[in-house]
Amino acid sequence: MRRILFLARAEVLHIVRDRATLAQVLVLPILQLFVLSNAATFEIRDTPTYIVDSDVTSTSRGLIERFGGSGHFRIVGQSASLDAANEELLRGNVTLVLTIPQDFESSIVRNRRGDVQLSVNAEKGSAAGIVQSYASQIVNAYAVELGARFHPGPATVRAHEADPAPLRGVPRIEVQVRHRYNETLNYKHYMVPGLLVALVTMIGTLLSAQNIAREKELGTLEQLNVTPLTRGQFIAAKLLPLWVLGLLDLVIGLVLAKTVFGVPIRGSLLLLFGTAGVYLVVALSIGLWISTLVETQQQAMFVSFFIMNIYLLMSGLFTPIDSMAEWVQYVSMLNPVRHFVTIARALLVRGASLADIRMPLSILTVYAFAILALAIRQYSKRTA
Amino acid sequence: MKALAGLLRKELYHILRDRRTLIVITLIPVVQVIIFGYAIRTDVDRVRLAIVDPVPDIVTLELRSRFAATNTFQIASILTSLTSPTGPGDVDRLFRQGLAQGAVIFEPGMADNFGRGIPANILIVTDATEPNTGSVVQAYALQVIQAYEREHGAAPGMVRITTSVRMRFNPTRESSNLFVPGLMAFVLTIISSLMTAITLTREKESGTMETLLVSPLRPWQIIVGKVAPYLAIGFVSVLGVIAEARLVFNVPLRGSLLLLLGEGLLFILVSLSLGILISARTASQRVAMMGAMVGTMLPTMLLSGFIFPIESMPWPLRALSNIVPARWFVVVARAIMLKGTGLDYLWRETLVLLLMAAVLLTLSTRSFHERLE
Repeated sequence: MRRILFLARAEVLHIVRDRATLAQVLVLPILQLFVLSNAATFEIRDTPTYIVDSDVTSTSRGLIERFGGSGHFRIVGQSASLDAANEELLRGNVTLVLTIPQDFESSIVRNRRGDVQLSVNAEKGSAAGIVQSYASQIVNAYAVELGARFHPGPATVRAHEADPAPLRGVPRIEVQVRHRYNETLNYKHYMVPGLLVALVTMIGTLLSAQNIAREKELGTLEQLNVTPLTRGQFIAAKLLPLWVLGLLDLVIGLVLAKTVFGVPIRGSLLLLFGTAGVYLVVALSIGLWISTLVETQQQAMFVSFFIMNIYLLMSGLFTPIDSMAEWVQYVSMLNPVRHFVTIARALLVRGASLADIRMPLSILTVYAFAILALAIRQYSKRTA
Repeated sequence: MKALAGLLRKELYHILRDRRTLIVITLIPVVQVIIFGYAIRTDVDRVRLAIVDPVPDIVTLELRSRFAATNTFQIASILTSLTSPTGPGDVDRLFRQGLAQGAVIFEPGMADNFGRGIPANILIVTDATEPNTGSVVQAYALQVIQAYEREHGAAPGMVRITTSVRMRFNPTRESSNLFVPGLMAFVLTIISSLMTAITLTREKESGTMETLLVSPLRPWQIIVGKVAPYLAIGFVSVLGVIAEARLVFNVPLRGSLLLLLGEGLLFILVSLSLGILISARTASQRVAMMGAMVGTMLPTMLLSGFIFPIESMPWPLRALSNIVPARWFVVVARAIMLKGTGLDYLWRETLVLLLMAAVLLTLSTRSFHERLE
């Protein structure tokens, strides 16, 4: 035990003395958290909208006003020319074109029927669906409003926010929507817990991957090999300071998440740190394993960056696991980052209990043992 | 000119002799596009839906089958009560274990109320941990319910505005159409800037830089000699990823292939120039690699608009994204492939890329001068 502590102390001194590493450990995470949480968002607001109004009546103007005032759309242009609208769509300046045909008002007054057309730039994939549904809701609500104005009787379609007062005796369904765990649909509450995981992973894996490779480059590994340290002790002493650092980073990250981003902490912190402790063993062992495989720090960096690239993009951190192709979903079960991301979100945002996360947690635990054993075995080969 | 030809030949030998590296750098982009192409998607379909239906009747059964019939939803579990023996937190439990992503809760006596004109209440609860899924579930569930209401609740005198929707450029809203063109930019930047990032530093570390410097080669010739061979390799990668996009992911190519290839080549040139600048400015391969990784990977992943739309970012990041070369190429690649636009619309992006290449190459030649003194 004393030997472990001696070597661990040497490691701590290495880290503290090297300004660059210290900055990497303390400043980088904070910077990353701020940049990433702002960059990584699918939030849809202020959709640039172009209006083609061929009707130009109070009814069509009313609809346009509803769009402008909804908060989801920003009207950037208006004309009576479809070609101009098309041009703007092609240029990518607008995402939505609302076309109101010439007989809009007269048709509504005469037949109680109107048509509008929405063209969505679906280049943007799933966002297009949400844009469309916002737009349809506005149109439907407007229909209800008009119905009440033209006719004291009922109107047909109501979105949940419409005023149901003038409707009596008509078969209808009132829908209420509640967004559980994230009432305001704040994207940061979703991203920040995942980013904390990314942060811990980067620090853990990068630092430990460089570690033994550096000793190899400097030639000091030979010296360590002739000391009476066993390989278990050696690995433990290497990992311990980094493990503590990783947890420290998590503390910093959590404080920022809570104070700056207002991320809820609904579950048990003890459970979170317990999981982090297990997960860090995985992350550090992967780094250490890479470190034993390669000869130079440069190779270590290259390999760990490449692996991390795949790990992060396939972890469900940026894009949901449920959307991935089915075979990728199975492959991603092998990805430890995926499990910790799942756990972090479940614990912080949903307030999950131990029972809810037992599956990913046990997978992580198995990994921790397996990869640590692998790293130790790999290292012993080199001492032999 | 003869000297330049000599240098080109030397570089070519370097690259061709190291077969393993050659294979790795041409294959990596192709493999990455396959893996990430299947992984990076945001389609929301087959959403796991929980139904809470205390007293099933004609209305709730009809609505349930309508939910089941859509591609968006699959009914994951049907509960009879929120306060059954299994407890009031049932829906919550399903959410916490990830077994349901949304819940539709009917009140008892739906059919009765609906028939008599009393509002029949439905509560939609979404697991908004992932806000995007939350809004999509809300939107599609509302559509299903409103369609039912329209068909069964017709009454005279109401106003109905029909919205016809056209999803332009990507009618099925296929995720791969959105992400694969962006992915091309991502994998091409990283590999190209890495390739050149280590070439000059390798010469410095192995001590052959002095030999290069005392040779009659001018700085710009050295830069050209270093960049040109990799441009050829990069072009092979461009061909590879475009072929993949077409054949594996069925991304349409509505515009001109020639233009796409040209823009691809230009983009590779910018990335290679970035690598060579890093290489000229740094002393060791290790630092050069770090620079190339940090300088290209994270910004390209996050600030190019390849995954996350740039419009959604706050203005400082939007401004910053302008100096990321991939940001411009993502726009170009998507526009050519999905919208079929030509140079008349894309001249601005092209100009920016050209300018970037010029600035980066000039800067690298400059940094070279300094070292000569």
